[in-house]
Amino acid sequence: MSDSAAHPREDDPDAEPASDPADADGPGAADPAGEENRPDGETPTAVSTGAESVVAALEAAGAETAFGVQGGAIMPVYDALYGSSIRHLTMAHEQGAAHAADAYGVVSGEPGLCLATSGPGATNLVTGIADADMDSDAMLALTGQVPTEFVGNDAFQETDTVGVTRPITKHNYFAGDADSVGDVVGEAFELSRVGRPGPTLVDLPKDVTLDDTEESPGPAEAPAGTDPNPSAREDAVAAAARAIEEADRPLCLFGGGVIKGEASEAARKFARTYEIPVTTTMPGIGSFPEDDELSLSWAGMHGTGYANMAITHTDCLIAVGTRFDDRLTGGIDTFAPEAEVVHIDIDPAEISKNVYADYPLVGDAGTVLDQLFEAIHEEPDADEWREQCQEWKETYPMTYATPDDEPLKPQFVVEAFDEATDDDTIVTTGVGQHQMWASQFWTYTEPRTWVSSHGLGTMGYGVPAAVGARVAADAMGDADRDVICFDGDGSFLMTMQELSVAVREDLDITFAVLNNEYIGMVRQWQDAFFEGRHMASDYNWMPEFDKLAEAFGALGIRVDGYDEVAPAVEEALAYDGPAVIDFHVDPEENVLPMVPSGGANGRFALTEDQL
Amino acid sequence: MSGEDAAGMPGPAPDERPQPEGRRNLEGHRIDPVVEAEHDSRRAVISALVEDEPGVLARVSGLVSRRQFNIESLTVGPTTVEGHSRITMVVEETDPGIDQIEKQMAKLKPVISVGEVSGSAVTSELVLLKVHGEEPDKVHAVAEMYDGQTLDAGPETITVQLTGDESKIDDAIDAFDQFGIIEIARTGQTALARGNIPTAPGEKPGTAGEPTTPNTD
Repeated sequence: MSDSAAHPREDDPDAEPASDPADADGPGAADPAGEENRPDGETPTAVSTGAESVVAALEAAGAETAFGVQGGAIMPVYDALYGSSIRHLTMAHEQGAAHAADAYGVVSGEPGLCLATSGPGATNLVTGIADADMDSDAMLALTGQVPTEFVGNDAFQETDTVGVTRPITKHNYFAGDADSVGDVVGEAFELSRVGRPGPTLVDLPKDVTLDDTEESPGPAEAPAGTDPNPSAREDAVAAAARAIEEADRPLCLFGGGVIKGEASEAARKFARTYEIPVTTTMPGIGSFPEDDELSLSWAGMHGTGYANMAITHTDCLIAVGTRFDDRLTGGIDTFAPEAEVVHIDIDPAEISKNVYADYPLVGDAGTVLDQLFEAIHEEPDADEWREQCQEWKETYPMTYATPDDEPLKPQFVVEAFDEATDDDTIVTTGVGQHQMWASQFWTYTEPRTWVSSHGLGTMGYGVPAAVGARVAADAMGDADRDVICFDGDGSFLMTMQELSVAVREDLDITFAVLNNEYIGMVRQWQDAFFEGRHMASDYNWMPEFDKLAEAFGALGIRVDGYDEVAPAVEEALAYDGPAVIDFHVDPEENVLPMVPSGGANGRFALTEDQL
Repeated sequence: MSGEDAAGMPGPAPDERPQPEGRRNLEGHRIDPVVEAEHDSRRAVISALVEDEPGVLARVSGLVSRRQFNIESLTVGPTTVEGHSRITMVVEETDPGIDQIEKQMAKLKPVISVGEVSGSAVTSELVLLKVHGEEPDKVHAVAEMYDGQTLDAGPETITVQLTGDESKIDDAIDAFDQFGIIEIARTGQTALARGNIPTAPGEKPGTAGEPTTPNTD
């Protein structure tokens, strides 16, 4: 961390609005403000408290960046971060800290790290933890907790954080004592990334972090039995290989597991060598280049017509690292109904959970794809099928109309940014119509460039995710990469306070708000399924986001027409720092194609009338 | 298709496209002569060795409830290995459902090993029954019939303890019903596999057992 001079750390205990009553009475609970101050920048060679052990464990595990918000019960950990090599970004809200950490992990491939205090700090993290859990993102959350002897007494800012987060973490821990807390934190960090990744949490009672200890944490290790065998059984691989060789209409379906397993190269080699058309899930965007002739882009509710035709008619679906979410499958009865399914996944519980796997291959995506690659001796005879897939691309092109008498189309904005930026540009989004357009009308070619909230569908993910993505890219030495946050007006309004972090930390991000003054996806569903009654979806009024941006100290631009798009995009991208463009787009534009919830993928609607 | 209306994308309407004949059932199986179409639910006894740490029961019961598994009973108790407990669950599920329960439980960190106890397992349950005490002789006779023990007898109530497998317990409860059952407490079924078969996969007597190897079939 190099900019501590420019941006003083927010570690002033006076910033805490209310003093922690637990401190006053708790025996052994020292006043952190009164503790001996270490000289700035000096890393302790040996630990002396639980909190120092926590930080030593994080450093040893390779954590470089943390996102969080200060507060009473987590203060000892923050105090131990003083002078640590870990860069800390103070976020406006704990939800933002969790999303930023999540996105940091998606972009960097290392577990994200977020911190919050007890009670409201911890509960504010919950949405972000649940988001990471649904998308299998590696992340460690550290939460302060009231001192152990107060636990269960409804103390100030007490919440049963372990209880609240139990169903949304891969595993969570309640730290028991200062001697072991460093090892527990190291274990939780490693556990979040081994096998199928997921968020972990360690709840840190204040007495545990304040207590003296001389036990330095050992090397961080995941618990026994949690790091699975990467290879699939050879006989199962051979059987799957025969099925693929004999397929007439083979199709690859690459999910988020391909990206998390660093298997994009193996996946590309596999599909290209055997000339098998490829579709992806939404989290799988970037695993296979969408400008490749074999690519059919992504399938599912708002996937391309050609991807959905292919997935409906394939006779051999090679699914890698996907959990067959309902937004992908539509109605199970009509999902790839004639396909034998080869399912590669690191998590055996995903095998035959939603879609029966004829050929289950449990293992690491890249390892098993390589095994399969070796086991296939002849390319499937699928010339006709490939031609059919190309024909579908021509029959169901992804287009949109730009009539002169209608307002600016949001798809045009997405395409304008795509054209103006390089392939390594990172895109983050909120959730809703803008998210679909950002995924449909941008051509993704590289893994870890698409950062979005898929499983949980969290409106407001985009802004804090852009902060996390920017910091990750900078930490990786990629300061030249662009980070674009496509957001909806509704999503932006939920977490736009994190713009303050982008300004304070001087983060080069472009926020493109596709503003239609609606919760647009809800409006679209109301038109299709609720006879057009726009109950609570019509904002009718929105603040002027360009002026709000200026008030934050960011560049603010307002765009209303087509001819203003290119200059605004150019100005925002050239601007060195956060820029917000408020694009006033056609409020009546709908996301198409669309497979109605539970419908058949092959019966996607191309017009509103077909819904 | 709504003609050349600007609001939409080109291409044949849903009804004009070829659609495949095949279908899948609710469990995601292709409905096809080779693959069976439907599964009936059945009773299964699932045994898990777990680390005896705080919250382990909450983790298991939370998993069962949030994934909507049908569970009849759940018991937990220590084993001869320090720090290890055994959880026995009786579930009513289809074969894929039972498979899911085992796999999802295996993912919980404190779960050391888990599996279905084979059908020939020894199962037993303990029941305490409190009935009206007006006819003590008859109550004792019925209790004796089911190898029960009288734990408490007073002028108004008699409390009896019964043990046995599910069918014996069900029969006994029916028989005691004539006296009027005031209160009942049941432990739920516990189970051990017969002979040398380990109850949880990989379990070795008096040792920690091996981590479950995922069943991929």
